[in-house]
Amino acid sequence: MRLPELLKLTEGRLLVDAKEDVFMDRAYAADLLSDVLALTDEQTTLITGTTSPQVIRVAEILNIVAIIFVRGKQPSDAVLEYALRLGIPIITTKKAMFEICGLMYENGVKPCKDRPMPEKKPSV
Amino acid sequence: MQGSAYAREEALCIEFDVRAGDVEHGGMASSQIKAALKQFGLSEPVARRAGIIAFEGEMNLIVYSDSGGTIRVCVDSEYIEITVQDFGPGIEDVDLALTPGYSTAPAWATDLGFGAGMGLHNMEKNADRFEIHSRLDEGTTISCWVKRRTDDSS
Ligand SMILES: Nc1ncnc2c1ncn2[C@@H]1O[C@H](COP(=O)(O)OP(=O)(O)OP(=O)(O)O)[C@@H](O)[C@H]1O
Ligand SMILES: [Mg+2]
Repeated sequence: MRLPELLKLTEGRLLVDAKEDVFMDRAYAADLLSDVLALTDEQTTLITGTTSPQVIRVAEILNIVAIIFVRGKQPSDAVLEYALRLGIPIITTKKAMFEICGLMYENGVKPCKDRPMPEKKPSV
Repeated sequence: MQGSAYAREEALCIEFDVRAGDVEHGGMASSQIKAALKQFGLSEPVARRAGIIAFEGEMNLIVYSDSGGTIRVCVDSEYIEITVQDFGPGIEDVDLALTPGYSTAPAWATDLGFGAGMGLHNMEKNADRFEIHSRLDEGTTISCWVKRRTDDSS
C-alpha cells in the first residue's frame, strides 16, 4: 500500500511527507514503546496513539517506514520536524486503532513478523 | 546532546550523561549512538540492536534514577559493549524486574508510552551477553555485549 491509498482509506491527513516513495506491506499497532521495540522485523509501519517525543526516536532506531497516529492525535511540531529530517512520513487519522488495523489488513497489509534472535552464549 | 569520545585500551568509546526526568531529550543519546555505530561501519541490524539496548537503558535512567546516569558504548574488534549506570535507587528484586510485564512506571511515564515492563527484557534479548548488578541505595549497572558480526546477516 502506498501513501495516497492509505490517506484515502483512512480519511487521514499527511503531516509529514516521505522523502522517497514508501511502500507499506506490514504493520504493527501499539501504544507502549517497549512493545514496539520488541519487534525485530524491519520496514514496518507503526500505528499508535502515543505522541511523546520518544515515538520518533523509536521509529529511527527501528527504521520504521511510516507512522500513523490514530484517534486524531498529533505530535508536537518538534517531533514533526525531526520526522521531516529523517524522511519518515507522518499520517494522522480520526479513526481508532482497531478500525485502521482492519482497513489496512483488508487491503493487503500484513502483520510484521517476529524474527528469532541469534543464539546466546551462556553468561560469563 | 553532546557525547564525549575517547580511546580505551583496544576500544573506541563514546559516553553520554542522561538526566533524571529529562523526557524532552529522552532517546537522543540512543539515536546518536546508533548513528555513530553506523558511521563506524557496523551493519544496520547490529546498530539497531545496540540502539534498542541503549534506548531502553536511557529511558530507565530518565524514569527511575534518582540523579541520572551514564551510557557508555565501546567498540573493540569483536564486540560493542553498552554500559548503563546509575547511583540509585537500585532494584530490590532483579529477577522480578527482568520479568516481562513487571513495571513500576509512574503515571507520567505511562502517558508517554512507557511501562510495558519490557525494557530490561528487550535489552537482554538483543544482547549476546547481558549482565545486571543492582543494590538498593547504591545503584544499577547493566552491561550488554553485541557481537559486531552476526551469522544471521539479514
Ligand atoms: N535503573 C533503574 N533503577 C531502578 N529501578 C529500575 C531501573 N531500571 C528498571 N527498574 C525497575 O525495573 C522495572 C522493569 O523495568 P523495564 O525497563 O523492564 O520495564 P519498564 O521501564 O517498567 O517499562 P518499559 O521499559 O517496557 O517501558 C521498572 O518498572 C522499575 O521498577
Ligand atoms: Mg524501561
